[in-house]
Amino acid sequence: MKYEVRFSGSGGQGIILASVILGTASALYENKETVQSQAYGPEARGGASKADVVISNKPIGYPKARAIDAMVCLSQKAATKYIKTLKKGGIVIVDSDFVELPENKKYKMIKLPMSSTTLDRMGKLIALNIVSLSALVTITKVVSHEALEKAVMDSVPKGTEEFNLEALKIGRELAEKSLA
Amino acid sequence: MTESKFEFIQGNIACAKGAAYAGCSFFGGYPITPSTEIAEYMSGYLPRNGGKFIQMEDEIASLGSIIGAALTGAKAMTSTSGPGFSLMQELIGYACIAEVPVVIVDIMRGGPSTGLPTSPAQSDLLQAKWGTHGDHPTIALVPNSVEEMFTETVRAFNLAEYFRTPVLVLGDEIIGHMREKIRIPEPGEMEIIERTVPSSDGVCPLPYASDSGKPACLPNFGKSRFHVTGLNHDTTGFPTMDPEIVARENERILAKIYEQREIVDSYEEINCKDADILMLSVGSAARAAEEAVKTLRKKGIKAGLFRPVTLWPFPKDQFIKHAERAKYIIVPEMNMGQLKTVAERFTKRSKIVPVNLVNGEPISPEHIISVTKYLNI
Repeated sequence: MKYEVRFSGSGGQGIILASVILGTASALYENKETVQSQAYGPEARGGASKADVVISNKPIGYPKARAIDAMVCLSQKAATKYIKTLKKGGIVIVDSDFVELPENKKYKMIKLPMSSTTLDRMGKLIALNIVSLSALVTITKVVSHEALEKAVMDSVPKGTEEFNLEALKIGRELAEKSLA
Repeated sequence: MTESKFEFIQGNIACAKGAAYAGCSFFGGYPITPSTEIAEYMSGYLPRNGGKFIQMEDEIASLGSIIGAALTGAKAMTSTSGPGFSLMQELIGYACIAEVPVVIVDIMRGGPSTGLPTSPAQSDLLQAKWGTHGDHPTIALVPNSVEEMFTETVRAFNLAEYFRTPVLVLGDEIIGHMREKIRIPEPGEMEIIERTVPSSDGVCPLPYASDSGKPACLPNFGKSRFHVTGLNHDTTGFPTMDPEIVARENERILAKIYEQREIVDSYEEINCKDADILMLSVGSAARAAEEAVKTLRKKGIKAGLFRPVTLWPFPKDQFIKHAERAKYIIVPEMNMGQLKTVAERFTKRSKIVPVNLVNGEPISPEHIISVTKYLNI
């Protein structure tokens, strides 16, 4: 079984880090075949960027994602650009504060007010990527929460562990509320 | 095996760790996307481990710095991408004729010129072979996974030290930037070749003498006088125009590599033996080709992949063996047909089908498979 996840947004939102953390959780803590890759332009900020994680129980030949099972969209530009890459029946999780996509039977859309909730509860938006990652993991169960937590601890700067654990909690709660 | 031995890292970081494993102690370079992570890692690693890292003013100086470092006894490397690799060409020839072991990593991106800095391409396959002037030996290794970025970098240092010659590692943006899980080998697990050094008195009177194919030892810098030049020279290292010596030495630096193919050759063969459709592909394009082969086999089509890991010198005997019996040779590559020219050279009866993409996107397995619909299989 192959499972493909795409994080999309604007350069600077931390989508590559989110994908690296998911990849680390999957590769090192769940021992699954995993490839992480990304595509972005020459600019340091802005643009539409994507970061992908391909997870499989068999060795992965072609390393790039082609039929996305689940996607996170943190900017309108990225959502508009990449929604067509979602496979039929795929899940798209959008930051409903900034992103609108048409309802469509071809995909399952989950709208979460991620930016406003992150800002309200944490006072800054910097953890939006971790919030969205946690929401994705809660909804798709692509890795366990334990593996995710370990990978977050591996990847974030020292001194920000508590902050990022809080972000994981927020993302999980938002997702659980939407599933309820 | 414990979890701690495994790492989930970028190809570029695996390359840098491979260099460290091989004993690299000097890095001179100029940062350029998509190779920068290699320089970044070495700038942290080397000063903490008794080595030297220097950011040079450009890529010409970068290669100059590592040639100098290598002559002092260091295992030295640089990393770059297409535009920087173009600038390095002249000194690659210098390192070839002066027989200086260096490792040059080129993480290929779209071109020509500044092109597409953040997008993949396989734009330098032929530049690697023919970019510098004059007849010169070329060793170029093309990894296609994060693991191979580590192991092929180690092998690049080994070949450089063994043959006293520059060795190129040709990655691309996909292989350099993607992350996969690899196990970092324990010290001693992989063979590390050290250069031949002079006997205890440090004197090496004939630094360019060779009688067995293996080049002479490099004199110890500071202990023994040694003349290094880009001019044609005799066994003492001093310039000569004696036609007999010039011919002998020019032929020797080619023969030392081309007549020891068993040391330098490396390739992967997937379902080649009965292949009607033989694919010839390297690097990240070969990952797509491999998946295309699997899909075609499931459909009952006899497809195979021949993947040179050592691209230069090209493993022609092995390729010809499979190409002779195939009906079609498909050559997927992220350029307009550089590897295709090689296939044409060594294929007499099979039909060659190029698959080219130069838009900054990777070649997909579906793209390759779509071409096979038009073949008479």
